[in-house]
Amino acid sequence: MGKLSKMVSIISLIGAFYAPSAFAAGSSVTVMGSTALQPLAEQAAKTFMEKKPEARVLVQGGGSGTGLTQVAQGGADIGNSDIFAEEKADINAKQLVDHKVCVVGFATAVNPKVTVTSLTQQQLIDIFSGKVTNWKEVGGNDQKIVIINRPKSSGTRATFKKYALKGTEEASGLSLTEDSSGTVRKTIAETPGAVGYLALSYIDSSIKALEFNGVAATVANITDGKYPVWSYEHMYTKGEPAGVAKEFLEYMMGPEVQGKLVAALGYIPVSEMKTSR
Amino acid sequence: MATTSDLQSGRPLVQGNHKSAFRNDRIATGIFYAAGIFLVLLLFAFAGYIIYNGRASLNLHFLTTPPLFMQKGGGVGPQLFNSIYLLILASTLSVPLGVGAGIYMAEYARPSRLTRAIRLSLETLSALPSIVVGLFGLLIFINILGWGFSILAGAMALTILNLPVITRVAEESIRNVPPALKEGSLALGATHWQTIWRLILPAATPGILSGVILVTGRIFGEAAALLFTAGMSSPPLNFSDWNPLHYVSPLNPLRPAETLAVYTWKVNSEGLVPDARQIADGSAAVLIITVFLFNFLARYLGKALQKRSRAC
Amino acid sequence: MPDLTPSGQSILRSARGSSHFLRETLGRYYATLCGDLIILLTVTMVAFITVKGLAAFTGPHPLSPLKFLFSSHWQPDADPGEGGPQFGTLAFILGSVSVSGLAVLLAAPLAVAASILISVIAPRAGENFFRPVLELFTGIPSVVYGWVGLSLLVPFIRNQFGGLGFSLLAGGLVLALMILPTITTLATDALQNLPDSLLEGSYALGATRWQTIHRILLPAARPRILIGVTLGMTRAFGEALAVQMVIGNSVRLPDSLLNPMSTITSVITMDMGNTVKGSAWNNALWSMSLLLLAITFGFIVIIKRLGPQDTKNGNHF
Repeated sequence: MGKLSKMVSIISLIGAFYAPSAFAAGSSVTVMGSTALQPLAEQAAKTFMEKKPEARVLVQGGGSGTGLTQVAQGGADIGNSDIFAEEKADINAKQLVDHKVCVVGFATAVNPKVTVTSLTQQQLIDIFSGKVTNWKEVGGNDQKIVIINRPKSSGTRATFKKYALKGTEEASGLSLTEDSSGTVRKTIAETPGAVGYLALSYIDSSIKALEFNGVAATVANITDGKYPVWSYEHMYTKGEPAGVAKEFLEYMMGPEVQGKLVAALGYIPVSEMKTSR
Repeated sequence: MATTSDLQSGRPLVQGNHKSAFRNDRIATGIFYAAGIFLVLLLFAFAGYIIYNGRASLNLHFLTTPPLFMQKGGGVGPQLFNSIYLLILASTLSVPLGVGAGIYMAEYARPSRLTRAIRLSLETLSALPSIVVGLFGLLIFINILGWGFSILAGAMALTILNLPVITRVAEESIRNVPPALKEGSLALGATHWQTIWRLILPAATPGILSGVILVTGRIFGEAAALLFTAGMSSPPLNFSDWNPLHYVSPLNPLRPAETLAVYTWKVNSEGLVPDARQIADGSAAVLIITVFLFNFLARYLGKALQKRSRAC
Repeated sequence: MPDLTPSGQSILRSARGSSHFLRETLGRYYATLCGDLIILLTVTMVAFITVKGLAAFTGPHPLSPLKFLFSSHWQPDADPGEGGPQFGTLAFILGSVSVSGLAVLLAAPLAVAASILISVIAPRAGENFFRPVLELFTGIPSVVYGWVGLSLLVPFIRNQFGGLGFSLLAGGLVLALMILPTITTLATDALQNLPDSLLEGSYALGATRWQTIHRILLPAARPRILIGVTLGMTRAFGEALAVQMVIGNSVRLPDSLLNPMSTITSVITMDMGNTVKGSAWNNALWSMSLLLLAITFGFIVIIKRLGPQDTKNGNHF
C-alpha cells in the first residue's frame, strides 16, 4: 500500500482521461451493435487483420440499438443492426448509409413431440395472439401451446412479427421470454408443446422447424422469394465509409466472407438473393 | 426493553410443568441443529454440484485456450485473463482511495455534517444494485466520454462497487489498532500523519489486506456491472505483445473484455458452440474455485501477518 | 478543511521544519480528499441517474408517472395506430417485490434458526466451522447461482410441479440460496453482540435454553436481525442476472408460484442494449433504473429506522 501503488493509481487516473484520444489515432475501426451479427463480424475482423496487420478492427456487441446510437453519434465507425435504421424511432436514418452484408432466415420452431408439421400464416397469428391455445385446434395432439418469445427489443422478434405475423401484436402475459436464441432453442427442446422462432443457424435436431404456408424454411426457398420470413443484417456507416472502414466493408462483401463465413454461420449471402426489400 | 423488565420483575421464566419446559427445550435444540446442518449441507451440495459438473473442464487446456468458433473444445483463456486484469486494475484504483477514506473516517473525521454525509454515501454506494452501477458506467464512460465498451470502463465500475467495502474494512482495521500505540507515538513527538503512516497503517495492514482480498474475490465474479461497461465480446489477443498501447495486446485498456462471469452468463445463450453447456459448467466451477481460493488466501495471509506483527 | 484534530495542531507547532509540516498537511488532505470523493461519486451517480430517469416524464410526449407506476400495460413497441407505446411497469415492480419477498420468506427462518445454533447452542463449532463456511459462500458469484438454477432447478420444477419451470418459484429459490449466508452471518452477529448478562441472568432465574432464546435473546436482538433480513431483501431486489436466467421474463402480473414473470432488473438487462438512446422506450428503461435507485433508498431508510448503528459492527452493507 506504499507510495508506489498511490503513484500508479494517480497515473492510471490521469491516463484514463487521456488514453482514449491517444488510441484513436491510427487506422482503427470500431464495429458495434447487434449480437446476432457479432460472431460473423468478429471472424471477418480476425481474418481481415491477418491480411492487413496494420489495420485494427475492434468488434463489440451491445445490441442493435446501441450500434445505431453509437454510429449516429460517432462513437463507432460501423453500427451493426438486425433491422433497418428507419424502423427504430429516434434515429436520424438519413445520415446513415446502409450496407446489407447478409440475409438471415427465421423458422417457426416447435418441440419435437408436437405432431404438427406446417402452419398457415393465419394459424400462426392465432397462436401468437392467444386465440388458439391448444395444438389440437391446429391439427395436433391435445397439448397446451407454450409460446417462447424473444424480448420486445430484439430484432428477431421484430422481423418475425412483421413478416410472419403481419404485424399482429402478441397477447402479453402468455409467453416465456428468453434473452437469446440459444436459450430459446434450449427451452423449446425441453418444454412440451413449446413454439418459438429461431434464425436458421440455430435449427438443429433438438427442435423441429415448421413449414410456413406449406413452404419449408430453407435457403433455396428464401432466395427464390417463396419464404417471406427473413431479414437483412445491416452494417451502417455515418455517411459514405472511408479508409479502413471502407476496406473492411469491401472485405465483408468480398468472396472470402460471403463465400465461406456467411454460409458457415447459417446466413445467406446477399448476392444469392433473387428478391430484395 | 421487554427482556430486561422480564428479568427485573423476577417473574419466573419457567412456568407450569417443568417437564414440558425441558422437553420443549430438547425439541427446540434439535430443530436448531437440524436447521444449521441443513444449511451447511445445502451449501456444500450446491458447491459440490458445480464442481462435480465442471470437473471435466478443470485442466490447463480449458483455462488457457481461447473459445473456438462454432466448434467443440474451446477454453476460457482470454476471459480468465480479462477477469484477473480487471480485478487488478480495479484494485489499484480502489485500494488507495478506500484506504485513504478509511483513514479519514477513523482518524480525522469528527461528528460533523461532512462525516455524516460520507457515511450515508458509503451506505448508499454499498446498497446499490450492481446493475445500477453498470448503467451509471454506461452513461458516463460509454455514452458521454465515448470510450466504447472497454476494460477501463469496467474497472471504473468495479472500483465504485469496491470502494465502500474497502473503506469500511480499512476503517475497522484502523480502529482496531490499540490506542496505546498511537498515544505512545504522539507522546514521543511524532506528528499525526507520521503516526498513521509508520505505526497505525502497518498495524492495520493484516486486517486491511485480508479484507481487500475477500472483496476482490467478490468482484471476480461480478457480471451485471460489466455487461454494459466492459462489454460482452473478446477480441483476438496476442499474448506475446505486452505493450498496453497496442490493440492486440492483452493489456490494452481500451479493448472490450468479456470476463469469465459474463461469459458464463452468455455462453449458454449464444448457442453457437455445440458444447455450450459443458463450457458454462466448467466456467462456473472455475469461478467458484477461484472465489474459494481468494477466501483461503485472505484467511491465511491475515493470520500469518498477524503472527509476524505480534512476534516483532 | 475543517478537521484539524487537536493533537495534530499541537504537533504541527512543534514540528521541526517544513517538510514535516508539508507531509502532515498532504496526508490529511489526501485522506479528506478520499472522503470527499466518496460523496462526490455518490452525488454524481444519483444526479445522473435521476436526470436520465426523469427524461421520460418531460419532453414533447411525456409519460404519466402514475401510469408508469400503476399500469401493467407494457407495450413499448406498439404503433401509434394501436394506441401508441405503453410503459406501465406495475407488473415488473410487483414481480421484483414478490420474487425478493419469496426469497426472504424462504431464507430468513432457516437463517435465524441456524444463527441461534451458531451463536448460542454451539458457539465453538459456530466460530470454527459455520462462520468460515458462511463467509466462503457469501462470495459466490450470482451468475453461478443463476446457472445452477437454470440447469438444475428449472427442469426439476417442470418435472415435479408441472408448468414451464421458469417461474416465480425458481427465482425465489435461487435468490433465497444466494442471500442465506448473508442473513445468517448478520443474524449471528446480532445475537453474539448481546451482553452475556442477558443469557446468564435468564439461566440464573431457572429458564431453559429455549425459553431464554425465544423470550430474551430473540426479542433483544430483533432490530439487528431485521436489519440483516432487510439487507438480504435489498440484495435480492437488486439482483439482475441470476433472476433473469430463471424467471421466464414474461410480461404478466405475478399470479402463481409456477408462472413466469418479469422483474425490473430483468427487463433492464434484456432491453437496454437493443433500444436506441433517447427513444421513449430507452428513457422508460432509465426511469426503471431510477425507480430501482429510489427503492434502494427506501431500504436504507428502513435499515436506519430499525436501529442506531454503531459504526464498528453495524455497518454491514
